[in-house]
Amino acid sequence: MRKGIRNWGPPLLLLAPSLVLVAIFVYGLIIANIQVSMTDRHSLAAEGAFVGFENYITLLTEGRFLHSLLNLVVFTVVFIAGTMIFGFIWAWLLDKGVKAEGVFRSVYLFPMAVSFVASGVVWRWLLNSAEGDRASGLNRMLQAVGLDFLQNSWWNEPVWGMAAIAMPAIWQLSGYIMALFLAGFRGIPDELREAARMDGASEWKLYRHVIFPQLSPIALSALIIVSHMSLKVFDLIMAVTKAIYQTEVPATYMWIALTSNDYAKASAIATVLLVIASLFIIPYLIHTMREEKRSS
Amino acid sequence: MRKRMSILAGALAVGLALTGCSSGGSGGSDPDNPDQVEVFTWWASGSEKAGLDALVEEFNSQYPDIEFINAAVAGGAGSNAKAALASRLESGNPPDTFQAHAGAELSDYIAAEQIQDLSNLYDELGLKDVFPADLIERLTVDGKIYSVPSNIHRANVTWVNTEVLESAGIDPMKAPESIDAWISDLQKVKDSGVDAPLAIGTEWTQMQLLENVLIADLGAEGYAGLWDGSTAWDSDGVKTAVDHYDQLMNFVNQDYAGLDWDAASQIVIDGNAAYNVMGDWAEAAFTQAGQTWGTEYTTWPTPGTDGVFDFLADSFTLPVGAPHEEAATDWLTTISSAEGQKAFNTVKGSIPARTDADPADYGEYQQSAMESFANDTIVSSLAHGAAAPIAWSSDISSAVGKFGSDRDKDALIQALVAAAESALS
Repeated sequence: MRKGIRNWGPPLLLLAPSLVLVAIFVYGLIIANIQVSMTDRHSLAAEGAFVGFENYITLLTEGRFLHSLLNLVVFTVVFIAGTMIFGFIWAWLLDKGVKAEGVFRSVYLFPMAVSFVASGVVWRWLLNSAEGDRASGLNRMLQAVGLDFLQNSWWNEPVWGMAAIAMPAIWQLSGYIMALFLAGFRGIPDELREAARMDGASEWKLYRHVIFPQLSPIALSALIIVSHMSLKVFDLIMAVTKAIYQTEVPATYMWIALTSNDYAKASAIATVLLVIASLFIIPYLIHTMREEKRSS
Repeated sequence: MRKRMSILAGALAVGLALTGCSSGGSGGSDPDNPDQVEVFTWWASGSEKAGLDALVEEFNSQYPDIEFINAAVAGGAGSNAKAALASRLESGNPPDTFQAHAGAELSDYIAAEQIQDLSNLYDELGLKDVFPADLIERLTVDGKIYSVPSNIHRANVTWVNTEVLESAGIDPMKAPESIDAWISDLQKVKDSGVDAPLAIGTEWTQMQLLENVLIADLGAEGYAGLWDGSTAWDSDGVKTAVDHYDQLMNFVNQDYAGLDWDAASQIVIDGNAAYNVMGDWAEAAFTQAGQTWGTEYTTWPTPGTDGVFDFLADSFTLPVGAPHEEAATDWLTTISSAEGQKAFNTVKGSIPARTDADPADYGEYQQSAMESFANDTIVSSLAHGAAAPIAWSSDISSAVGKFGSDRDKDALIQALVAAAESALS
C-alpha cells in the first residue's frame, strides 16, 4: 500500500493542477455553455428559464444559420482539397529530388509562421472585388496579364464566394501538409522501393501498393488537422471580410449573437460547432487508440 | 533520494496550483479611493481620441481633485469594447461610467438593470431646458432617462462631388426633390460615363442608406412608427422604399461589401463617384483631403428627408454598482455642461446636444447642422443604435447584407418583418 502511494502519488500531484484547470476551464465551461444554450437568455438580463432544445430547433430551421453552415461546407471542402493536393504535390516533387530543396521547403513552410489575422489583411486587399478602372489586387494583376475575363468579385459571389476565402487558408497551410507528407516519404526505407522495383513493379504500382499505404496514417492526421482548423475558422474571415452576411460561418455568427447579447443563441451555436468538430475528432481518436493497442 | 524527489514534486504541484489561482492584478481603479473616475469608451484613436483628451482637460479644470482613469478599448467601431464591457458588467465589475449609443441600444442594459436612472441629475442640472424636447423624448424610457449625451451626429447627409455632377450637366447645389428625382440624376451621371455614381460600403453603410430611403418614403412619423410597431414592415410604404433601395443599388460600386465608410467616401473624394450617403463624421475625410465645402464637395440632406434630422449620439451612463458614483456624476456634469460639450465637439467634429451653444465656436458645416438640429424633426438612426435594440439592428444588418448579394426584394421584406416580430414580441 505505502509503496503504491509512492509510485503514483508524485505523478498525480504533478498532474493535479493541470487536471483541475482543464476540468474547470474546459469541461466545466462546456457544461456551463450547454446549460446556457438550453435557457431563453436572449438578453443581458441575468437568468433565463429552461427551454430544452428550443434554441437548437430555431437555429437549425433558420435560413441564416443554414447559410452559414453551407458557407462552412464550401470553405472546408475547398480548403481541405486544396491543402492536401498542393501539399502532396510539393512533397512529391521535393522527394523526387529538386535542387535547393532547403530553399523550397522554407519558402512553402514560411506562410505557416504568419498568423491568419496578419495575412488576412493582405488578402483582404488582394481579394477585393472591384473590377475595371478601380481594380486592385488580384483583379488588377489579371488585367495586367491580359486575363480580364478571369476578374471576378471573389468572396462577394453568393454561393462559391467562400471558395475564394479558402485561398488564403490554402496558401497558408499547404506548406505544413507538405512537411508532413515529406516526412512520410522520407520515412519509407529505400529498400522497400528497391525490392518492389526488383519484383518488376511499375512506377504506378510502386506508388499504389508500397508508398500510398505507408503514407495513409500521415494523410489521415493531416486531414484531421486541417479539417478541425477549418471548422473553427474565425480570425481569417474577420480579417478578410469582417463579420458580414456573405462570408458568415457559424463562428462569426456566434460572435455576432454574443455581441448582440443573445447568450442563449451564441452558446447554442457554440455547442453545434463542438458537435461538428467532435464528429471529425472522435473517430480519429478511436482509430489512433486502436493502432496503439495493436502496436503495443 | 526518492523521498526527496516526491517532496519536491509535491511542493512544485502546490506552487503551480497557487499561481493558477492567484488573480491577475488590479486595473488601476481603486474602489476605496473616492477621488477617481474610470471612464470606459471606444475612443482610442483619431478625432475621437482628440475629443476625449479635450474633454478630460475640461474635466480636470472643473474637478481638479479627481483622477481620470482611461479604460478605452480600441477597435471595431466599438464592437470589441461592447464585448469587453459586457463581460465586466456580467462579472459585477462595472466601470464608473461607460459610453454607449443613446437611445434604443441602451434598452438591453436598462432591462438587465445594469444602469441607473439619471432623471434627478437632469432636474438638478436643468438639462431638460437646454436639450431639445425631441431629444429628451428619445432618451426617455418609461419616464426615466438613463444617459447623458456628449455629442450629436446626423446620419442623413448626402456627400456630393460637385465636379462629377457638373460634367454630367446637373446643378450640384440643388438637391433633388425626391428619391425618384435622385434616381434620374444618378442615371444621368451614369450616362455621362461614371460607372458607379453612388459610392457605398459594407453592411452598416447599406443599412444607413436603407434607413435614409425609409425616412424619405415613410416620412418622419411613419419611420418612427417602424420601431414601436405602428408602421408595419410589409406596408406599401416599406415596399416602395425597398423598391427604391433596390434601384439605388443598381448605381453602386461592386466592391462595396468589403469597404468601410471611409473607403466609400474616398471614392467620392477621388471623383470616381458622385454621391455617398454617410453621417456627418465624413466631413473630416473631405477636409483632410484638402477639399472645401461649396467648391469641391457639397452636402445636402438625403433627397426626400429635408426637414428631418436623423440623429445618433454618444452618451454616458451610470452603471449600477459603480465604485465611484459621486465622481461619475461629476463626469456626467462636465460632459453635459456647455464648456464640456464645446471642448469635445469642436475637436471631434460633431455638434453639441445643448441648444444654447454658440455657433460661432464651430465650423461652417457644423453651424448648418446645429441649425437643423434645433429646427428639424428629429428621428433616431437605425444603423447607429438609436432606433432599435442591438439584436434587432443586427438582424436587419444581416438581412440587408444578404440583399446586397442576392437582391431578392421579397426575401428582404420577409426578413425585415421577421426581425420586427422577434424584437417586438
